[in-house]
Amino acid sequence: MPSAAPLLEHRTPLPPATARPAGSRWAYAFLIDIAVFVSLFAVIYGVYSIGRSWLGPVRAESEISQDPRSLPLYALYSLVRILVAYVLSLIFALAYGYTAARSRRAEIILIPLLDILQSIPVLSFLPGVMLAMVALFPNRQLGVELGSIILIFTGQVWNIAFSFYSSLKTIPRDLREAAIIYRFSAWQRFLELDLPFSTIGLVWNSMMSVAGGWFFLMACEMFVLGDKDFRLPGLGSYLQTAAGHGNTRAMLWGLAAMVAVIVLMDQLIWRPVITWADKFKFEQVESAAAAQNSLLNFIRRESFLIRIYRRILHPVVEWLTLRFASGAKRAAAKIKANRAAKPRRWHGWIFAVLAGIALVYGASRAVAELAHLDRGDYFELFRSAGLTFLRVNLALIVGALWTVPVGVAIGFSPRFARLMQPLVQLAASIPATALFPVILLFLIRMREGVEIAAMALMLLGTQWYILFNVIAGAMAIPTDLKEAASIFKFGSLDRWRYLILPGIFPYLVTGMVTASGGAWNASIVAEYFHFQGRIVKAPGLGSTISSASDAGRFDLLLASTLIMAVIVVLINRLLWRKLYRLASTRFKLET
Amino acid sequence: MSTTTAGVEPIIAASKLEKFYPQPDGSRIQVISPTDIAIYPGQIIALLGPSGCGKSTMLRMLTGLSPTSGGTVFWHGQPVGDESPNVSIVFQSFALFPWLTVLENVEAPLEARGVPDVERHKRALRIIDSVGLDGFESAYPKELSGGMKQRVGVARALVVEPEVLFMDEPFSALDVLTAETLRGELMELWLGKKIPTRAIFIVTHNIEEAVILADRIIVLGRNPAHIHAEFNVNMAYPRDRKAAHFTELVDLIYKALTQQEHPESALAEQHRAAEAARRKDVVMLPHTRPGGMAGLLEILEDHNGRADLHVLAAELSLEVDALLPTVDTAVLLGLLKLAEGDAILTPEGKAFAQADIQGRKAMFRKAVLANVPLLRQMQQALKSKTNRTLPAEFFQDLLDEHFSEDEARRQLETAIQWGRYAELFVFDAASGKLTLTET
Repeated sequence: MPSAAPLLEHRTPLPPATARPAGSRWAYAFLIDIAVFVSLFAVIYGVYSIGRSWLGPVRAESEISQDPRSLPLYALYSLVRILVAYVLSLIFALAYGYTAARSRRAEIILIPLLDILQSIPVLSFLPGVMLAMVALFPNRQLGVELGSIILIFTGQVWNIAFSFYSSLKTIPRDLREAAIIYRFSAWQRFLELDLPFSTIGLVWNSMMSVAGGWFFLMACEMFVLGDKDFRLPGLGSYLQTAAGHGNTRAMLWGLAAMVAVIVLMDQLIWRPVITWADKFKFEQVESAAAAQNSLLNFIRRESFLIRIYRRILHPVVEWLTLRFASGAKRAAAKIKANRAAKPRRWHGWIFAVLAGIALVYGASRAVAELAHLDRGDYFELFRSAGLTFLRVNLALIVGALWTVPVGVAIGFSPRFARLMQPLVQLAASIPATALFPVILLFLIRMREGVEIAAMALMLLGTQWYILFNVIAGAMAIPTDLKEAASIFKFGSLDRWRYLILPGIFPYLVTGMVTASGGAWNASIVAEYFHFQGRIVKAPGLGSTISSASDAGRFDLLLASTLIMAVIVVLINRLLWRKLYRLASTRFKLET
Repeated sequence: MSTTTAGVEPIIAASKLEKFYPQPDGSRIQVISPTDIAIYPGQIIALLGPSGCGKSTMLRMLTGLSPTSGGTVFWHGQPVGDESPNVSIVFQSFALFPWLTVLENVEAPLEARGVPDVERHKRALRIIDSVGLDGFESAYPKELSGGMKQRVGVARALVVEPEVLFMDEPFSALDVLTAETLRGELMELWLGKKIPTRAIFIVTHNIEEAVILADRIIVLGRNPAHIHAEFNVNMAYPRDRKAAHFTELVDLIYKALTQQEHPESALAEQHRAAEAARRKDVVMLPHTRPGGMAGLLEILEDHNGRADLHVLAAELSLEVDALLPTVDTAVLLGLLKLAEGDAILTPEGKAFAQADIQGRKAMFRKAVLANVPLLRQMQQALKSKTNRTLPAEFFQDLLDEHFSEDEARRQLETAIQWGRYAELFVFDAASGKLTLTET
């Protein structure tokens, strides 16, 4: 169809190609070809080795090498695990958010449930997930692999789901109406309205989720469950093994490998994706400084991906759209029909009854499980909950104390900000758990070193949320307010009291909420650690969960998970939600 | 009825179309009283009325976007629901998808109808060409000016060849010159029969716009919305704003918009009085600030207590409809009367205009307690508490029974504004609590 070709050009417009000197073009293309072939071979080898490993027999006790030369393969294993978990998370989160936003009845249950699931640490899912997976694939490594992937998944999925849900809830009315009046099918609406509108939120939350995946990687790749010892080859298990043996050289190699992978991913994936996502910003006027990314420009210019999109993805999407469109014609006929749900009612009832039975059964089993615990156990649980509570909040306070002045300094000075931003971003991207063994080397010799180390890890894992938000808050304080403060000759105390603290308050709260949830979750790795051949632990709820999971004590695990979920949800409801409200009413900067 | 429509079957006919919020006690708050509207082929119909009177709701009920509380919409004699009407809407806010290019935006409705790739491109490009967007096919909406965006909106609406084109204040987000240009282009398409569209239904608050475009103008009255007057415009296109015919008609419509003693309006007035008597406890508050009303009363005082609303609006460079909620507030509080399109200060209103700030507050307080049941209830409720404090949500819940969620929230916001100005209570936004002012 020669006539279609010029029309197709309209389909995905490219930015005007930058002029390149004639003649250089061929050499350029040749290099690209070589790069593509090399990567292709690498990919084929990677797929082969992963397949061999996954489909092989179970190697529960397999030895994890401490040789730096095995690091590239281990890094690949971990990367694939995290990516597969992320893709699963994205699919699940889209389905979850979509259901919650579309159905009023589902929303009532799904949203509070999300709140609770978010507060449950990954290790609490461990026994259930592992036992199920190993039961499914008793003779294949695949079972253990899937278990590990699902564990990573449980740490990544919830915030993406929540982000998608809240984006869907804020789609402007006129766009929704346009989709109805122009008879979009559910599929077309999802593709052209729901998904694009949510993209920016999804991208940022995906970044956070994947960072969380790296943070808990060590816990997810190597763990003990009762009498079973699970080890999966990967960066996390490499680091943990090195720490267990006190092999400092291997620890440093592992750390370097992890940082390298993370920095590469940041440069090759996230930066281009963020720039690309800019086109989904919901704005009527183009912002002055459009973000640029050389890699993205490169991809667009060479249009390699775009060619793939046109040849393969586009026809598929087109086919789906047209296929669902004929259904839309029928559905459109009913948009006016009153949606009094008549015949569907018994469906709902049956579902409710089944859910109720399942709930009662589950609850009774849980109670039976909890009945194994005696009063002493509960006393111990509450004591450790109190200790973790103190630790988490002390870490938060320390975090806020240093990040607020530094963040304000960075936010107030554009020059300082340009200098510091990349450094801070790099520091934040290193998963604290990987850094931890190195820190532990020094702290272990000190008195109360374990205490300090536990708090240090919580701090390392969560302070960045506060810092980034404070920087954003300080940058958002309007210049006229700052000028007013200097005209009235505010002293530095008054300046902080009347200008800076109120100005950054909403941002500070946002950062602290995330940090608080993160610190509670991090307690499972912060309070319990295999190090130099022994177990280092600080008494607390996190170490209770970890040791219960290690020992296969389901009753203790259940009780401590419940307590943690209740505490986190209560803190959210009683403290953070109130502060949020205060932030969005009294401390909102409006014009 | 226009002579041209006799014997012609309407494309869309609404019969006894109405909208109300049912109340728990069995009564209802009427937003749109039962209304008959017919759209005939070959006509441009303008629905004219002050903002917030229910024009947009009417449009949404006619297109099936918004559920009706009563009545039926017929599409070629068949109730809508059995058959899906082929209509389009041009939105005030353009409602373009910012992540799709101009071409993709225009193609989207065709995609939804299952038009295949090549055919889709052809049709979209043709319509883009005809609205003058040539060369912008691959631009994103945010790169375009307001006028260009609305051209995309029009192209998207026309590409499905709708039988009736609905336009919801299509030009009011644009500057005056751009709006004029777009109106001209629309008329060119329509009069030159370049589009298969058989009728246009345009909602507007701009009287001149209505007179320039429409064959038939329907003027809506408020509280609840009802057809207040209808005008047939028998003038050749293009219409000259300076022609005597034109200005006469504009004046006539202005009068109709502002005049309350119109026979039909008097009927509505009766209806409203009866309604109010039935449920003394609920009066819908106009969403205004007390400060704005004070300003209006002062200006009237300068006009010796009487002025034509049309003149007042022109003097303030406002549309009449922007003035009406403020006028309504003053009328509700007994500070102003309306007669023959004039606003007249009552003795209380005169006193108010002359008083100082404290005096005004005292008068305002007296007036709201006498005329606004909601504020009276709020005062009573606060008094009955020993700590004189109640969360605002408490009243929100009460209002929720009478209004939609959004409207209830706006009603409460307005009531709190007024109550604070009257110093009936203080409101702490952080805690969301109202506390009675001790007197």
